[in-house]
Amino acid sequence: MKSYSNQRRLSLIFRYILLTLLAVLWILPIIWIVLASFSYNDTGFVSTFWPDKFTLQNYIGIFNNSQYPFGYWIRNTLVISILSMIISTFLTISVAYVLSRLRFAFRKPFLQIALVLGMFPGFMSMIALYYILKGLNMLNLGGLLLVYVGGAGLGFYVAKGFFDTIPRSIDEAAEIDGATKWQVFVHIGLPLSKPMIVYTALTSFIAPWTDFIFSGIILSTSGDAKTYTVAYGLYNMVHTTKGNATAYFAQFVAGCVIIAIPITILFVFMQKFYVNGITAGADKG
Amino acid sequence: MFKRKHNPPKATYREVFSKGSAATKLSFFLMGSNALENKQWVKGFCLMLSEIVFLIWFFLSGIPTLNSLATLGTVKHKRVVYDAAQGVYVTKQPSNSVLLLLFGVLALMIIAAIIGLYIVNLKSTRHNYVLKRDGEHIPSNGEELASLLDTRLHATLMAVPLVGILLFTVLPTVFMISMAFTNYDRQHPIAFSWTGFQAFGNVLSGDLAGTFFPVLGWTIIWAVAATATTFFFGVLLALLIESKGIKHKAFWRTIFVIIWAVPQFVSLLMMAQFLDYQGALNAILQNLHLISHPIHFIDNQASPWMARITVIIVNMWIGIPVSMLVSTAIIQNLPTDQIEAAKIDGANSFQIFKSITFPQILYVMAPSLIQQFIGNINNFNVIYLLTGGAPMNAKYNGAGSTDLLVTWLYNLTFGQEQRYNASAVLGILIFILSATFSLIAYRRTNAFKEG
Repeated sequence: MKSYSNQRRLSLIFRYILLTLLAVLWILPIIWIVLASFSYNDTGFVSTFWPDKFTLQNYIGIFNNSQYPFGYWIRNTLVISILSMIISTFLTISVAYVLSRLRFAFRKPFLQIALVLGMFPGFMSMIALYYILKGLNMLNLGGLLLVYVGGAGLGFYVAKGFFDTIPRSIDEAAEIDGATKWQVFVHIGLPLSKPMIVYTALTSFIAPWTDFIFSGIILSTSGDAKTYTVAYGLYNMVHTTKGNATAYFAQFVAGCVIIAIPITILFVFMQKFYVNGITAGADKG
Repeated sequence: MFKRKHNPPKATYREVFSKGSAATKLSFFLMGSNALENKQWVKGFCLMLSEIVFLIWFFLSGIPTLNSLATLGTVKHKRVVYDAAQGVYVTKQPSNSVLLLLFGVLALMIIAAIIGLYIVNLKSTRHNYVLKRDGEHIPSNGEELASLLDTRLHATLMAVPLVGILLFTVLPTVFMISMAFTNYDRQHPIAFSWTGFQAFGNVLSGDLAGTFFPVLGWTIIWAVAATATTFFFGVLLALLIESKGIKHKAFWRTIFVIIWAVPQFVSLLMMAQFLDYQGALNAILQNLHLISHPIHFIDNQASPWMARITVIIVNMWIGIPVSMLVSTAIIQNLPTDQIEAAKIDGANSFQIFKSITFPQILYVMAPSLIQQFIGNINNFNVIYLLTGGAPMNAKYNGAGSTDLLVTWLYNLTFGQEQRYNASAVLGILIFILSATFSLIAYRRTNAFKEG
């Protein structure tokens, strides 16, 4: 009996060691990014793990950089992400609710068309979007907002999976009592889907902070750094052709850490919804 | 159900037209007149107004737009012509085929929309006719509007999202598909023409074939390897965290998931620095005296397979946490009776994993695995940010050894090559690839489900 419990303890210790090792492996690059943001560095390159010299200068520098107006980027991104959050959430939840709870002739074809459209690589439509916005004279933040919001109607899968799990008998009971479908939507559907609304809102809020491709294509033509979003601005800092990537590399890392902190907090908060979303969408197909 | 919908006997359109009132007959030509006759004012006016606006647009600008869609502009090259009216020579700029094509596609969509409205109009006319014939109550203007919040709520809620999808997804997609049938490239940057399947020929058997097939091969290897590794190790990690005796499970999970919160353009660009020839990893390995010379992991001097394997390993760093989260949710809901029975029969934990847990998870996760596989075929970020396609391959045309079809597509459009038609062809081929795989996979999983 004793040897059995010993064996179990040994196995537990072994598993803890393995888990700790893996956790260190996963978290180390992130710690390194944070360390690099504090390192004194003017070579445009971080070649050591532990910085030779610590400094706060990078954080001060990124806010006072006249060539890369970080403050404007944050303001732009905040405005875009809040507007996009409100509109996209409304669109996504409407479409998901309709497709999950209501029955109408166009429902099946719409689901199939959405599936097919989703299989075209997103980059393919980028040139077209560029020309559409150019034609509308909207190669600016407003156009970018339209791009983020325009596709929201197709991102209904996770929310639809959620609505599918709410029993339909609730709706039917309300309808027998004389409620219109609109009343069912407003007074039953929406209150029940609060977690889903929070999840959809957070995902669409985060998207503009991490997208450097669409924002780059749409905003780069203006050439005015004050109109960039955070993601494209930062990306542009190290990938610019003007060749000053080296001078500002440490400031780039500091800027990245600044925007990664709120996103990380939001992400930990919505982790639970995320898992539910993936698994709910998984078995519905 | 108590409120069975009223289902009147059908009438053919022929009957509606021959027996209907004058306004009903007129409805076949002037949309909405039947609705107006029945005092459904809002519906009638909207339908009629859209037809009038459409007809004005169609004759003033629709026909020329469609004509130039057929030719994509008549002036193909910049040339100097003699203007007899003014008696001077003027330079004629080539037509802007991109805009002509875009407006042409838009015009086709408008025509499709008006045909849709016409069908709606006919259906509503027939409905009203049948109600009148059978002496039933015809919905009034107010009732028609109220139904938008009840029996036709779907139309109300879908209207705005649908416009967004049409303008920002369908229009660009159709536009790009048509671009694959033109000669829009560096030689024809402004005015281009329809060339049929020529661009497909270039990619499949012409000058790009030598790049296309190797890149396609690597894309498939990458998608299989990336999906399989992240799935397998994600399941193992989930089992490890879920195993008996481990405390603070949520804390461990969060540690692994944190990397998902860091924007990928940050974490992957920094990873590229970390793996660089002069980067931190080489420095650490040298300090530990594990290697005597720095290794080329992902830079231009790296060997192709070194770079490819590095990319797959870095992708495990990104991808394992996600499949860990998904399989955790599944593991928590797995029936335990089989495992208990196997334990009593003396199976060890490896046997249990191999014969019970893993197959069960695989079965439940099959649909999301397909999604991941397609996601990996289109995994732009990892390749673009980490290697940018490097190491360059002299045998390839505009692509490197780690380039996937999507990153190559991106290079062909935004890089030096500027072969827009070829990139559109690639987009269509990627679509065919994804569609084929998901079709096969959905069929197989459905077969499983039916049992």
